[in-house]
Amino acid sequence: MPTSRRIRLTVNGKPHEVVVEPRTTLVDLLRGELALTGTHVGCEHGVCGACTILWNGKAVRSCIMLAVQADGADLMTVEGLAHDGQLHPIQQAFMEEHGLQCGFCTPGFLMSVYELLQRNPNPTDEEIKETLGGHICRCTGYQSIMKSVRLAAQKLKASSPPGPATGVS
Amino acid sequence: MKPPSFEYAAPKTVDEAVSLLKQHEGEAKILAGGQSLMPLLNMRLARPGLLVDVARVDGLDGIREVDGCLAIGAMTRQRSVEHSELVKRHFPLVHAAILHIAHPQNRNQGTVGGSLAHADPAAELPAIALALDAELRAVGPGGERRIKAADFFVTYLTTALEPTEVLTEVRFPALPPRTGWSLIELARRHGDFALTGVVARLAADTGGRCSAAQIVLFGVGATPVRARRTEELLVGEKCSAPLFERAGKTASEEIEEPLSDVHASAEYRRDLARVLTRRALAEAASRAAG
Repeated sequence: MPTSRRIRLTVNGKPHEVVVEPRTTLVDLLRGELALTGTHVGCEHGVCGACTILWNGKAVRSCIMLAVQADGADLMTVEGLAHDGQLHPIQQAFMEEHGLQCGFCTPGFLMSVYELLQRNPNPTDEEIKETLGGHICRCTGYQSIMKSVRLAAQKLKASSPPGPATGVS
Repeated sequence: MKPPSFEYAAPKTVDEAVSLLKQHEGEAKILAGGQSLMPLLNMRLARPGLLVDVARVDGLDGIREVDGCLAIGAMTRQRSVEHSELVKRHFPLVHAAILHIAHPQNRNQGTVGGSLAHADPAAELPAIALALDAELRAVGPGGERRIKAADFFVTYLTTALEPTEVLTEVRFPALPPRTGWSLIELARRHGDFALTGVVARLAADTGGRCSAAQIVLFGVGATPVRARRTEELLVGEKCSAPLFERAGKTASEEIEEPLSDVHASAEYRRDLARVLTRRALAEAASRAAG
């Protein structure tokens, strides 16, 4: 039996200490052990983007990361977006612009878009496409997702005071 | 689609990593960003007994300019290179190559050293390493070793690294004056591995005559390859569209039988080599003149 390891990590602001087998992927830790099932598992080989989460603020594919690699990391999942029953402006924008149909891919899209808009509040369409390129959506055909991201950028600008980008949540 | 069992170690120093590799020789595999290794583990195409995670090793991370070279620590995330002002301003070919690698989520985690050590023949970093005469540095039980890119890529997914060596740094020399560059590839979708790609660097004298040329084709064979006959054809000639047309033809003829798979036939890849070489040379020549 491989040696299990005790790791500490923060997810959506909450500290956790768990014992994991080395082979446990990060997404399986989140969904199985921590019961955060908002993050979805699609292709399991780093292509579809459904499992995208934020790792120290950066979007990563959690199906091709090991839980042990996350020892000490600060993670954010889709569950960290909404607050007090209020959807995050990015989620609100996806709803208003029909940026989802079945919703399977959506948690991943939301997290990549979150990183993009934190770093770059005024992305060009090219920059949005570069970000969305790491995700696959089989329902919407992407045009509605493009519109959702443009609207999300507007909403975030309207809701945050001018100045350097800060944690919106 | 879950990885098989393995042991895991997260050394803090290069020496510690090397001794783990030596202790478990043949069993151990280095884990850097995991963007190539993890899919292989999930698909159980790789079954290492031990993963040596080098992400916590001190001193493997960083981007700096040393002796006219861009020195990048092996564990440096590709995204850091993408956002580096030094790279954007002074090493535009390196920057262009990074932007072709997969997607932002992969570049956030994927490393420069990992991509080089994985040595996918369709990957961009090995191709530019060859085109720029990069030097790779590795540490093993016997100390540090410096390896020229030309000697580094041995065959498909295989490098000159010993199983007990850790890649620590790559040095990309800056382009000489009056030298233009180009990196052009064709992929089914943006971010996919290239079906075929070309890196060209071309120096021109004040009269517009080609004084030096280096052409690397990737995605066509077991490693990125220099198109030496094409390079020879160019040197001493006046840069022109007909010259680049001839060069493209020569490049497509001089490569060995390209890979044929579900993504593209050998014939198609050969034709891409012709067209992309022509376009890359034209772009490099205009940059050399500019």
